[in-house]
Amino acid sequence: MRPAPAVLDWTKGGEGIAFQNCSACSHRWYFRRDFCPRCGSGSPNELQASGLGTIHAATLVTRAPSEALRAHAPYLIVLVDADEGFRLMAHGAPQLGIGARVRCRFVSFGGTLIPFFDPA
Amino acid sequence: MSYVTGVGLTPFGKHPGRTTLDLMSEAAALALADAQLERADVDGLLCAYSTTFPHLMLSTTFVEHFGLSPTYAHSILVGGATGFAMAMLAHTLVQSSVVRNVLVVAGENRLTAQSRDAAVQTLAQVGHAEYEVPLGATIPAYYALVASRYMHEHGTTEADLAELAVLMRRNAVTHPGAQFREAITVQDVLASKAIASPLKLLDCCPVSDGGVAFVVGREPTSGSRVRIRGAGQAHTHQYVTGAPSLTEFGAKASVERARESAGIALSDVRYAAIYDSFTITLTILLEEIELAPRGQAGKMARAGYFDRDGGLPLNTHGGLLSYGHCGAGGAMAHLVETQQQMTGRAGARQVKDASLALLHGDGGVLSSHVSLVMEAK
Repeated sequence: MRPAPAVLDWTKGGEGIAFQNCSACSHRWYFRRDFCPRCGSGSPNELQASGLGTIHAATLVTRAPSEALRAHAPYLIVLVDADEGFRLMAHGAPQLGIGARVRCRFVSFGGTLIPFFDPA
Repeated sequence: MSYVTGVGLTPFGKHPGRTTLDLMSEAAALALADAQLERADVDGLLCAYSTTFPHLMLSTTFVEHFGLSPTYAHSILVGGATGFAMAMLAHTLVQSSVVRNVLVVAGENRLTAQSRDAAVQTLAQVGHAEYEVPLGATIPAYYALVASRYMHEHGTTEADLAELAVLMRRNAVTHPGAQFREAITVQDVLASKAIASPLKLLDCCPVSDGGVAFVVGREPTSGSRVRIRGAGQAHTHQYVTGAPSLTEFGAKASVERARESAGIALSDVRYAAIYDSFTITLTILLEEIELAPRGQAGKMARAGYFDRDGGLPLNTHGGLLSYGHCGAGGAMAHLVETQQQMTGRAGARQVKDASLALLHGDGGVLSSHVSLVMEAK
């Protein structure tokens, strides 16, 4: 399975959130693989998420793991339930709490492009 | 049936200049002496892993270093659940007559062999290399995400979490081998340095050097009549992003399997040894296992229920939070303490009745669960 060129994926440097679904059982998931983790069907579809979702969990990280990231701390790490029905980890505006509706943009963090959610 | 015939536990904390193999050897020698066995009696060896000595073949490295010639040996790795997973496998190997005496050993100079940043970065790698680690996530952050959701749903407060850190420290004060032996208060926990909200420094276990070993045998070679009566596991995910839920994990299913294999009810349990990498870990495990109702673990700790002389004594050595955490050996210290309680050797920490114990460990981010039922005959 190859991602369709039109689907942007931040883990590959594109300004977008990619997810997959299964034609056979309709399951949706985030971490890319070449089969459906629920029914085992091959050839999943690669899709572009809207970037809209709801905060499921949030933590303000004060203790960064490295000197390079220390300058960014504190930063809010969130788990977002995307409107399309999968969950992803990202950064968010510090005031965000559980249940908040959010919209994604992309920012540079330690030299990597990452998803960052603001209040929608 | 299998017997925990001997145990060995070094103090946890700083062991400058001591390597992984040094700490493993020290603990192994203590366990063999306690089991009244010689090296030649060991026909099974189970090892774990060491982040400071990431050898591909740790078990055979230890075979050569310590001077063993087992008929069965390998390492296993399920993070924090490894210690109890090794105990379960040792029990299974002995029960199925593959071997007579299994030496289970782990140790690591995790604190003094590297910088704090290096330890934090190595441990963060249990997260997803592409989807999580680039976000600057750490182990405390993964557990803090779980904590935020769990507290939101069950009304647990930061003060409730703090009660468990205070309890573990109160227990550690009476153990000469504990890394931290100065009493703390809820206020101290709440005022400690921010790490990843809602977790503060004193909600997190320390990084430690230490070594732990035990022997699981077919016959009681020593005075110990402590038996492993049942065991169970459950594995649901690896990454917190992929967890089926942030409020229900594999702990309940794992404990139910262990209870069924042992033929006991939860109400039979007299002593609990529960994984406590963070105060939220201990809270969730106690509540999911149903040793405390949802939202009540901290309040019950405050009321003394989990004290040495309370309704259900818990981690009387101080747990990972205060005895310390040297990797795979961390939870093995819970098993050593359980065996010491069951053999009446816990000194100032001795509880009145430790005749039946439930042990539970988790690895990853509440990803991998292993439960044991131990009993004193």
